[in-house]
Amino acid sequence: MEQKLVSKRFDAINPLSIDDYLESGGYETLKKALKRDRINIIEEIETARLRGRGGAAFPAHVKMMGIAKEEETTRYIICNADEGEPGNFKDRHLMEKDPHQFIEGMIITAYAIRATKGYIYIRGEYDKAHSIIEWTLEEARKKGFLGKNILESGFDFDIEIRSGAGSYVCGEEFALIESIEGKPGRTRVKPPFPTQKGLFDKPTLINNVETFANIPHILEMGGEAFAKIGTQSSTGTKLVSLSGNVNNPGVYEVPFGVPIKDVIEKLGGGSKDGRKIKMVQLGGACGPIIPEYMLDLTIDFDRFEDFDSKTGAGAIIVMDERFDVFDVLLRVAEFFEHESCGKCTPCREGNLQLVKLVEKFINRRATQKDLINIESLARVMHHTSLCGLGQTAPTAILSTLKYFRDDYLDLIEHPEL
Amino acid sequence: MLEDILKKHPQHEDSLIEILLEYQNVKTKRYITDEEVEQIAKYLGVTESKVCSVVSFYTFFSTEPRGKHIIQVCKDVPCYVNGSGNVLKTLEQLLNIRIGETTKDEKFTLEYTSCLGNCDGAPAMRIDGKTFTNLNPNKVKAIISEYRGVN
Repeated sequence: MEQKLVSKRFDAINPLSIDDYLESGGYETLKKALKRDRINIIEEIETARLRGRGGAAFPAHVKMMGIAKEEETTRYIICNADEGEPGNFKDRHLMEKDPHQFIEGMIITAYAIRATKGYIYIRGEYDKAHSIIEWTLEEARKKGFLGKNILESGFDFDIEIRSGAGSYVCGEEFALIESIEGKPGRTRVKPPFPTQKGLFDKPTLINNVETFANIPHILEMGGEAFAKIGTQSSTGTKLVSLSGNVNNPGVYEVPFGVPIKDVIEKLGGGSKDGRKIKMVQLGGACGPIIPEYMLDLTIDFDRFEDFDSKTGAGAIIVMDERFDVFDVLLRVAEFFEHESCGKCTPCREGNLQLVKLVEKFINRRATQKDLINIESLARVMHHTSLCGLGQTAPTAILSTLKYFRDDYLDLIEHPEL
Repeated sequence: MLEDILKKHPQHEDSLIEILLEYQNVKTKRYITDEEVEQIAKYLGVTESKVCSVVSFYTFFSTEPRGKHIIQVCKDVPCYVNGSGNVLKTLEQLLNIRIGETTKDEKFTLEYTSCLGNCDGAPAMRIDGKTFTNLNPNKVKAIISEYRGVN
């Protein structure tokens, strides 16, 4: 069931050894890519139909081609390693277990779009990954994969690490850009998009760690072969972060199209102590909460959009029958209340009100009117917030209103209890 | 000490967060004072309000003195369903403080954190730059006595 592409070197090589990486075929793709036509590389990514792995699933080649067509010659490339979505840890594994892989992908991409400088923005909590990447960049520089005139190709490119400081919203592309610029992480109004006016107002390409990690594999096997893995709408593999009440939590790589149930049962060894699964949250705090009977759902970008939500970055959080929907909702709501940057009203005020409304249900003081209010507030936030944080913050509430409506009604109908 | 750190960074606004992180990590009470804000602003050629806006925005920065060791307990769902409540309870009992407080001997500050990205080892906590996973009350006790012993 597993199909290992970006995780194939996990635990098989010493991540701190560039020689191990080279021996397993590392940087071979870069060597070949530097001899290729730049647009041709982007076309190969287009054939592969690679979509961004950070949660939004945007076609990777569109961003690349957008920048390639810009007139401005100072161009930046950023690796978004600000993996702050609760329940996600696959980028940490990618950085700690095979750090050269995504850096190779980043260098190839930089070459294709003629980027002049790269940044890796790592969340402040990832101390170990940070030091591993620091070491890895130094090793890559020593071997001539970074720096001036990379492998005699005439291409100059280097990467700098920037650290986050405990802010979740900095995973959002414009908030991240503001943070690298030394400002509070508050998003900007789009357009212009980062590919037009990004970091320091220059064209900027931002991709997730896993997206970059896929690049060498696509060029190695060819876009067509890559597109045969997975499903029609979602090609390739997905790293899944499995957590919660399961026997074997961890990172698993599966081709798109695998049912969530199989990941939990076959890879995760089922729920802990054989307890009945009550609910599963997909994608992280920003994702929908679904009941056990829906676990036949497959991991696929389009299937997830049926929920008005994105796949997220592939988290699956399993919760068994001991846990209450509202305990979970309160944690999710408090998380977003804390992490909202405060720039736009629907998100800043909305998240505050969602916490109050969820507490009202928990305290059994909610009325029928509160049920209507929580639903309409959630929808307004989803449609009117400026960035992904506010737009997805109410997803858990909207999904539970749909699939666990009785839990809400139970709390309304017996206010005297 | 701050001067030495400032000198290492280019005098551009985008060095601000790196400077604050580096300085606060080595400072004994792990916080930023008004005087330091002034000094940093001057060095970078930005207004003090700009530095303050960054200090107040990011969770990592504090304007209040904190303990020598900062213990951050994850409060998000994957840790919660694996017993993070017990981890917090044990810590509060051991240190005799509540979440958000610093011990009298100024050795420990107890804080909540958003997800540490170690959900495969939930429940998790982070002390200074180190993450501890698969916690239970006994493990927490052992870790704290080790930190107490070292100092």
